[in-house]
Amino acid sequence: MTSDSSTVRVPLYRLAHSRSGDKGDISNLSLIAWDPDCYAVLAQQVTEARVAEWFGYRRPVRVTRYLIPTLHAMNFVLEGVLDGGVNDALNLDTHGKSLSFHLLDLRVAVAPSLARRLPDVPGDALAPARAAPE
Amino acid sequence: MAASPFLIGCATGFSGDRTDGAQAVVDSLAARGGGTLIFETLAERTLALAQLARNADPDSGYEPLLAELLAPVLANCLRHGIDIVGNFGAANPPTAARRIASLAREQNLPAPRIAVVHGDALASPEHRALLRERLGPALDDMDVVSANVYLGAGEIAAALRAGAQVVVAGRVADPSLTVGPALAHYGWAMDDWTRLGRATMAGHMLECGTQVTGGYFCVPGLKDIPDVHAAGYPIAEIDADGGFVVGKAGGTGGAVDARTVKEQLLYEVHDPARYLTPDVVADLSQASVQVIEPDRVAVHGIAGHARPDELKVNVCYRGGWLAEAEISYAGVQAEARARLAADIVQRRLGGALAMRTDLVGVLSILGDDGGTMLADRPAGHARDVRLRLAAEHADARTAERLLREVTALYTCGPAGGGGVRTSLRPRLNMVSCTIPRDAVRSGWTMMETTP
Repeated sequence: MTSDSSTVRVPLYRLAHSRSGDKGDISNLSLIAWDPDCYAVLAQQVTEARVAEWFGYRRPVRVTRYLIPTLHAMNFVLEGVLDGGVNDALNLDTHGKSLSFHLLDLRVAVAPSLARRLPDVPGDALAPARAAPE
Repeated sequence: MAASPFLIGCATGFSGDRTDGAQAVVDSLAARGGGTLIFETLAERTLALAQLARNADPDSGYEPLLAELLAPVLANCLRHGIDIVGNFGAANPPTAARRIASLAREQNLPAPRIAVVHGDALASPEHRALLRERLGPALDDMDVVSANVYLGAGEIAAALRAGAQVVVAGRVADPSLTVGPALAHYGWAMDDWTRLGRATMAGHMLECGTQVTGGYFCVPGLKDIPDVHAAGYPIAEIDADGGFVVGKAGGTGGAVDARTVKEQLLYEVHDPARYLTPDVVADLSQASVQVIEPDRVAVHGIAGHARPDELKVNVCYRGGWLAEAEISYAGVQAEARARLAADIVQRRLGGALAMRTDLVGVLSILGDDGGTMLADRPAGHARDVRLRLAAEHADARTAERLLREVTALYTCGPAGGGGVRTSLRPRLNMVSCTIPRDAVRSGWTMMETTP
């Protein structure tokens, strides 16, 4: 991953939006960049391995990433992460509807010039002023 | 100048959706020269629940809010030549059709021509044998509630071409509710994969109602939508080549923009090059969107490939019992007391039940049932915490033990626990398989109009 002194780490929610869908024990998470610059960051850094690790606590059987460059978007398919799915899980959120917002907390490294023009949520735990160093 | 496109509006995205969306859609369609109104009301489990209702009462088993959905718009639809297509027949399409006929009579309307699609329910011994072949011996142990195959657009299109004004279906693929009317309107061939692929994605944009018009989309400060409390239901304009523009009913809140369209395009999609339906394999891997004007977005670049050889079947069967119980703690050491309460219940239950623990106010939905995420989180000092415990068991009495232990926390648990709520509910489980097309005996019939 590219991360050096010339970059800053920002959560994905500043670069993209996402929606979860479910079929059985499979969750799909779209990740849609605001624009081509953001998409380039996602394509390089939000890899299958990175997402599999981020959702590791749910023990995914397989994580597949599909790129749709014409939409500046990608689609992640996470198999085996819903504790059996809507009919079997004990979770309040049996669909895994909230998982898209877990993805959006993943942090990526971006150039300061890009970070400056990204939308932000002042006061959020992951906002710049309070973000803990990693 | 190009011929005016065919309009299809969708007024519900699931059973449980708002019921007041159709009026504005019908007004828009009527003002623009007509079109078709569709209702999608069948999530995966909805049909099994409908079958249970029908078992208890042979006159039920269709969308419970059918009359509430149609009553405000039936007259206008018939007057303006707007056909109505829905999967609101659920587990009992013929009875749903009769209810619509009686609704027309109640409103002193001329009797509409109502078609009923049949063949999705797989209840014959031959079908049971086929499912046994596909699902294996596991099927023998299942208390099956319903088995339904996803039908495609063919029956809907044929019924509309024969003059049906209302088409009542049970299980059909959601996008087929849109592909059917488009097929009937344009007369495309059933192997015109490109056009079917495009129309399928138009249906995919419509099938979740306001999910494409700003519903289920807002993040204050990041993605804001105007008047989302009154978001309009979507209308697709489909051209003779299947190309489409997504819009919404006039005079409503919400918005259709590039972002809302992209989110819905990828909703519940796995491989974007292979979105499988009974009608076609749609391919959105090269899709792009173009904002034509506010609240009108064209989707380009959709392709289609030959339809799958087999059709998908959902089999729903009775599962175990889900027990859920909650209790709240506030003030000093609230989180510690909630964690202690969970520990007390776990010790009392021993190995009888595998329990999930949630601390609402700390961590309640992102975690896994195994508790890995919660275990990794150091105990904190949250001062307003609701403990939620959940467990499942095949035996209701065993599952109920969780509820009794949580209730007993009132006198036996940590200090200051309040607001116990418990529930015990039967669950429905589901398995899926595919079966050959020629094993399915689907069709449609025009309902006889009774004088």
